[in-house]
Amino acid sequence: MKTFKVLAFFAIVVLISAFAVNSLRTNNGSGYVIGDIADDFALKNVDGSMVSLSDYDTAKGFIVIFTCNTCPFSVANEDRIIALDVKYKYAGYPVIAINPNNAEVKPGDSFAEMKIRSKAKGFTFPYLLDEGQKVYPSYGATKTPNVYLLEKSKKGLLVQYIGAIDDNSRSASAVKTKFLENAVNALLEGKRIEVTTTKAIGCSIKA
Amino acid sequence: MVSCKQGPSKRKTSQVLDVAKTFGGIEVVDFRGLEAYLNRTDGKTYVINFWATWCKPCIKELPYFEQLGAKYQQEDVEVLLVSLDFPDQLETGLKAFVDKKNIQSRVVLLDDPNANDWIPKVDQSWSGAIPATIIYKNDERSFYERSFTYKELEEALKEIKQ
Repeated sequence: MKTFKVLAFFAIVVLISAFAVNSLRTNNGSGYVIGDIADDFALKNVDGSMVSLSDYDTAKGFIVIFTCNTCPFSVANEDRIIALDVKYKYAGYPVIAINPNNAEVKPGDSFAEMKIRSKAKGFTFPYLLDEGQKVYPSYGATKTPNVYLLEKSKKGLLVQYIGAIDDNSRSASAVKTKFLENAVNALLEGKRIEVTTTKAIGCSIKA
Repeated sequence: MVSCKQGPSKRKTSQVLDVAKTFGGIEVVDFRGLEAYLNRTDGKTYVINFWATWCKPCIKELPYFEQLGAKYQQEDVEVLLVSLDFPDQLETGLKAFVDKKNIQSRVVLLDDPNANDWIPKVDQSWSGAIPATIIYKNDERSFYERSFTYKELEEALKEIKQ
């Protein structure tokens, strides 16, 4: 009887943990969690070239940001994204921006409009179109803006941080905690990232 | 604190948003102010939609929430539209929209920038994308990070409302 109880207890523990792991994994459909290895991609940049992460021999990793022209939270973050690229590109973590939206649903996010926006704002980073919308689902991005910080490792591109740029999407001047910068700084200093996932309001990706 | 004023033409709703400020009939709350609305146990069914005037899929489904609120008004169902519009565009954005569309459901503006703190309190699974909707009655609760047709929304309500 006692053995049965112990066994039953373990069965329940296993069930609960399986469920917990499962619910973590499938929170936002599929997509990456911290510690996963991210896939590379080949996407068209606003300058017409094709960009892959494997093109960057000297990079230590990447700040991959799903963003777009039309979402007010993306627009409110454009200057911050440029500043991040300028600050971290030469330290080894360039920004790679990807527009995941379907232009048929959101004409303001067409490739032509991306070129215009990139030029008007003077984007210092590649601004790629997720043509065919294959990349954002594999990452698990659900909204714009949505950041994935990747670190090159022997196993591949290690997902180190997922979430928001900072704690105030609307107003750069009111930011108290720079989640993403803290994470990149931790990687550069070889320290543990304290906050690895954060959330922010964003525009749902237009499929 | 500015005292609460009820919007003159809105449906009658109970006073829970005690930390609210009101601008032209639209209450502005922080998350603490909203939280009271997310956890009531008065036997009513609450349909709470997170949206913004600039969010295309939100605007598309907004009439369905209005329709639902009107149809089930007498059956203890209350629709609350929680706007995430930028507060500095309250007059030109949200208020203008609510007036123009003659929105009958209660509208509040959630002005609480530290979303990383409050998004998981709305629902652990929420990524922060809008539209998003909670339907709950006492302890029964469903959360949806998606868009609805009217039929889907009504079915979701019925699952909770019984």
